[in-house]
Amino acid sequence: MSTEVTTAPRKGRRRRYSQLSRRDKIALGLFVGVPTAVHIMFVWVPAISTVLLSFTKWDGLKLGTWKLIGFKNYWAVFTVFDGKFFPAFFNNIILLVFLSVCSAIGVLFAYLLDKNIRGSPIYQSIYYMPVVLSLAVVGFIWKGVMWSPRQGLFNVILGRTAQGDQIDWVGNAEKIFTFHIPGLDAPLGLSKNFAALLIAIAWRHIGYVMVLYLAGLKSVDPSLREAAAIDGCNEWQAFRRVVFPVMKPINVVVFVITVIEALRAFDIIFALKKPPGTQVLGILVRDNLVGEGGGQVGLGSTYGVVLLLLCLVFIIWYLVNNYRENEA
Amino acid sequence: MSAHLTVVKRQPRRAKLWRIGLYVFLTAMALLWLVPVGGAIYASLRPYGETQKLGLFSLPKSFTIQNYKDAWTEGGMSRAFGNTMFIVIPSLILILAFSSAMAFAVSRFSWRFNVTLLLIFTAGNLLPAQVIFQPLFQMFKAMPWPDFLSDTNTGDLLGTKIAVIIIHVAFQTGFCTFVLSNYMKTIPKELGEAAMVDGASVVRQFFQIIMPLCRPALAALATLEFTWLYNDFFWGVVLLNQGAERPITSSIANLGGQFFLNDNLIAAASMIIAVPTLAVYLALQRHFISGLTLGASKG
Repeated sequence: MSTEVTTAPRKGRRRRYSQLSRRDKIALGLFVGVPTAVHIMFVWVPAISTVLLSFTKWDGLKLGTWKLIGFKNYWAVFTVFDGKFFPAFFNNIILLVFLSVCSAIGVLFAYLLDKNIRGSPIYQSIYYMPVVLSLAVVGFIWKGVMWSPRQGLFNVILGRTAQGDQIDWVGNAEKIFTFHIPGLDAPLGLSKNFAALLIAIAWRHIGYVMVLYLAGLKSVDPSLREAAAIDGCNEWQAFRRVVFPVMKPINVVVFVITVIEALRAFDIIFALKKPPGTQVLGILVRDNLVGEGGGQVGLGSTYGVVLLLLCLVFIIWYLVNNYRENEA
Repeated sequence: MSAHLTVVKRQPRRAKLWRIGLYVFLTAMALLWLVPVGGAIYASLRPYGETQKLGLFSLPKSFTIQNYKDAWTEGGMSRAFGNTMFIVIPSLILILAFSSAMAFAVSRFSWRFNVTLLLIFTAGNLLPAQVIFQPLFQMFKAMPWPDFLSDTNTGDLLGTKIAVIIIHVAFQTGFCTFVLSNYMKTIPKELGEAAMVDGASVVRQFFQIIMPLCRPALAALATLEFTWLYNDFFWGVVLLNQGAERPITSSIANLGGQFFLNDNLIAAASMIIAVPTLAVYLALQRHFISGLTLGASKG
């Protein structure tokens, strides 16, 4: 039955397509062609060039002066002697784990706000408010208000505002914990100032996830939950076994956003003048662009490729999910 | 039987307590959430000499708007706001124009590469900016651009605001196409077919039938994209190496000296930068949420 139904309009569609006049076809061609050309030229051509450039040595001063050096950049990045990649990579990983926890908290907030709360729009507006601020501005606000050694909230609460007793939340690169990986020169660990940054990032991320999730929760069929309640599910079981699976499209979006945000982190760290201990991959890419006697375009691109490979996995996973649903 | 009855009896009291706890928790969190921005407003209005002695969270003795004046002039903010407008407005118009044309073509007409194109656009939009940044920098450097059309004297696109506009358009068109094509799919096919039968051209169909129906989606996207473009820090910093060319958000990277000593000045500067997006958010909240929702769930 379904085959008949789907083939019939398809025939009609094909006929209509051929009915398009020459002018219509040109118009449609432009509608598609111009945006596609711009997008491919300025997003995909550079993305592929990053991969190509990562196999070269080039100071970026003159086109064509690049030298093919094979995997040497990758060797340089991953060997212990570089000492830059692994601390940065580790910070990205910490950020990813931390943001995942924040996403879970955002989901919790959404779940609670979905319980017929009086004044729910007000709560929503407040939680979401930090999301409309750039992370660079968030960093700046927190620097002035929360982390300030002399008068910031953190030090006021801890009673550490006296001269000499102050905690420098942005500048303190002491490690909270470290561990040693065999083969690495320096131990990896979470520095105190990066942990402070994480709290500000959480402030912004939780509201973002909350709004996305709440919109999804509102579209869940209420009879599903009623059925779960009648079957004797408790709150957690109903969420875990009924609501969460139904929310799969949103879950995927939230997960991808979390991963991409963790990988593209840049703004807050750069706005605070890159305090030591807070380096991430995104910063390394930029820092290798210029330097004494030209940049290290090849090396910078190699960091870019690492980022690309990390996020490509999740992007493909997301697209496969999306694509399947569109088919169904 | 009796067990059942006790359960029914106990439920309301426990539920009531639970709900009170819920409200207490939500309110406490909301207050906590307001501390950074509230604190920034409070700090920005007080003289630094005073808060330095008493701490930021003390009762005020005097208020001043001097911090705002200083932040505005020392941060070069009037110029930075001008730069932001120069970048954001053309970008926004081009993004919406490109993405609605693209979405119209892929969602209202079926031809072979529809899905492929959508995949390319969506995937491209998800790439971290740093991945494409190195080659893009070199590309802009290699593209000639007459000096009289920009404030830089290098003869190429690098360092001009045009370069920032281009990359915004290339990047953001992906997301907007995705959202708009989902929206346009919900418009009945028959509308277009009827127009076809009446002899309307494709262009006319686009402007007179589809676009008016997409107004809610376009409003939502415009709001969302405005804040995203306004908030862009990365491209403004890496492509515009002359500080004076940078838009307001990226100009944070230029601030130094006084701005790293006086916390109340920092607070004032961040409030000046935050006000436009906060205002847009408070005024157009509905569009915001619907824009995000359209992007997350597929119609």
